[in-house]
Amino acid sequence: MWISFAVIGGIILLIIVAVISIYNSLVRLRNQVDNAWSQIDVQLKRRHDLIPNLVETAKGYMTHERETFESITKARSQAMGAQGAAEASKAEGMLSEALSKFMLVVENYPELKANENFLSLQETLTSTENKIAFARQGYNDQVLFFNNKIQMFPSNVIANSFNFTKRDFFEIENEAEREVPKVSF
Amino acid sequence: MWEQIRVNKRNSVILLSTMAFCLMALGAVMGLAFGGGEGAFFGVMIATVIWLVLMVVSFSSGDQILLASSKAKLVTHEVHPQLFNVVEEMKIAANLPKMPKIYIINDPSPNAFATGRSPERASVAVTAGLLARLNRDELQGVIAHEMSHIVNRDILFITLAGVMLGSIVLMSQVFLRGMFYSSMGSTRRYSSRSSNQGGAGIVFLVIALVAAILAPIFVQILYFSLSRRREYLADAGAVRLSRYPEGLVSALEKISQNNKPLEAANKVTAPMYISNPFRGKKGVNLYSTHPPIEERIKILRHMSRGASFKDYSDSYSQTVGGASVMPASALKTVESVELRKASAHAKRKESRKKQQRQVGDIMRMVNGFAFLSCACGLKMKIPPNFKGDKVKCPRCGKVSVISKG
Repeated sequence: MWISFAVIGGIILLIIVAVISIYNSLVRLRNQVDNAWSQIDVQLKRRHDLIPNLVETAKGYMTHERETFESITKARSQAMGAQGAAEASKAEGMLSEALSKFMLVVENYPELKANENFLSLQETLTSTENKIAFARQGYNDQVLFFNNKIQMFPSNVIANSFNFTKRDFFEIENEAEREVPKVSF
Repeated sequence: MWEQIRVNKRNSVILLSTMAFCLMALGAVMGLAFGGGEGAFFGVMIATVIWLVLMVVSFSSGDQILLASSKAKLVTHEVHPQLFNVVEEMKIAANLPKMPKIYIINDPSPNAFATGRSPERASVAVTAGLLARLNRDELQGVIAHEMSHIVNRDILFITLAGVMLGSIVLMSQVFLRGMFYSSMGSTRRYSSRSSNQGGAGIVFLVIALVAAILAPIFVQILYFSLSRRREYLADAGAVRLSRYPEGLVSALEKISQNNKPLEAANKVTAPMYISNPFRGKKGVNLYSTHPPIEERIKILRHMSRGASFKDYSDSYSQTVGGASVMPASALKTVESVELRKASAHAKRKESRKKQQRQVGDIMRMVNGFAFLSCACGLKMKIPPNFKGDKVKCPRCGKVSVISKG
């Protein structure tokens, strides 16, 4: 009689300990995802801050490129208002595209390319784009890990009852964006 | 990645114990040759003391000594924004806890190295010659290579092994010199002691002589062969971080075109550089610290499918042949890392002259030169030891006042 009580008690205790440890590991993973996201977010914000400066510097030289500037400004305001990784990755992808088109047009303005201020802005922009790309890799790795964990047994039971939800990947919408688009002038 | 670091640590421990054993054995044999059983104990003690002193020095300030002896200057973001940005990008890719310190060495020979015993206190140094020659993508490849040395804890290993090698060389030198002088008759004490012991003394003497000559050679061969392996691993790591083998390839090509030796390097610090700082002999021998640069280029060129360790390993067996150069632990985790395209920014041809002039200005800035723009548009560079507070423009003759500070 006492033995069976002890056994049942032991099993219950074991389950409680397991639940606590799984819950804790889920929290840790979620924090890691959030941390990785903040790494990207810093760089995205920096890119948003750079754009007005860049446009202001280039405007004086590029008088016939109103459309290019407009598309950049529009993409920027959309990206700034985006909520969550899925929406952000779409908006940021569009912004990247607009910026890479802009950089191609710049090639036609040798005076602008000789401007020290513009060159340093361009270097900062290139570096920021790279940092976004490298931080994206780290973030997606963390998300994959977290999503796997909340979908697999037994951690999925705890994840469901404590409202851990799947996170979105930060994808670049069209891979073509990374390639240099062919433009004939 | 973590598995990789763990295996590296284990290998380092094995190598270091082997070297420590050699050092102690050397000390014991030398001691025996001079003074029998007591001498052996005394020899081991001396070996331990030499090793401990060198170890403490290199552990506490090894990186500072290396940087100081290469005349490296610490730089900030303002001095070379691109270099700084590239290091920061690779820091993000490698997930380092802290931004490494960045140094520039005023040397026309293109090269780079990383130092510091842990990722928390790492430093990266590049030469002015490297900055003058490479474009952004190439620079990224080189920095990625150095960064993976940091991630793999290669620096700690090379420092520790280098210290051990140094101790053994030092012991042997001291012993051989000692032998030379005592045989000249300047110290009678040892020879009389060994003649007391008769034949056994002479046998130990011969063993000690052979050991003193062979031990440094043996340890050096071991040290350099491991250093070569770690170069392959760092190349593979560089591709994995930057996801762009072509950048490292063309950087290595540009570096190999140069045949001026780097003045600041020596044989023990050589494994830390991205390419052998001495050049000279072609091909690989037992004393090479680096694999031949042509072979490294060939392997990297052949990587067309992906940027993971597995892809590098496959490329190695296809181009060089033989068993994989990568440790099994690095290949255990299956991952797909896609290659990226060249950045549009890097494709543009920047004029070589302009880039060199920029680097020249950077070196002057680092070395305390003052810059002054004349009204006619000429930029004057004023050396730090310039006396007086007025300078005459060589082009238009207008006299300008130098503002101090």
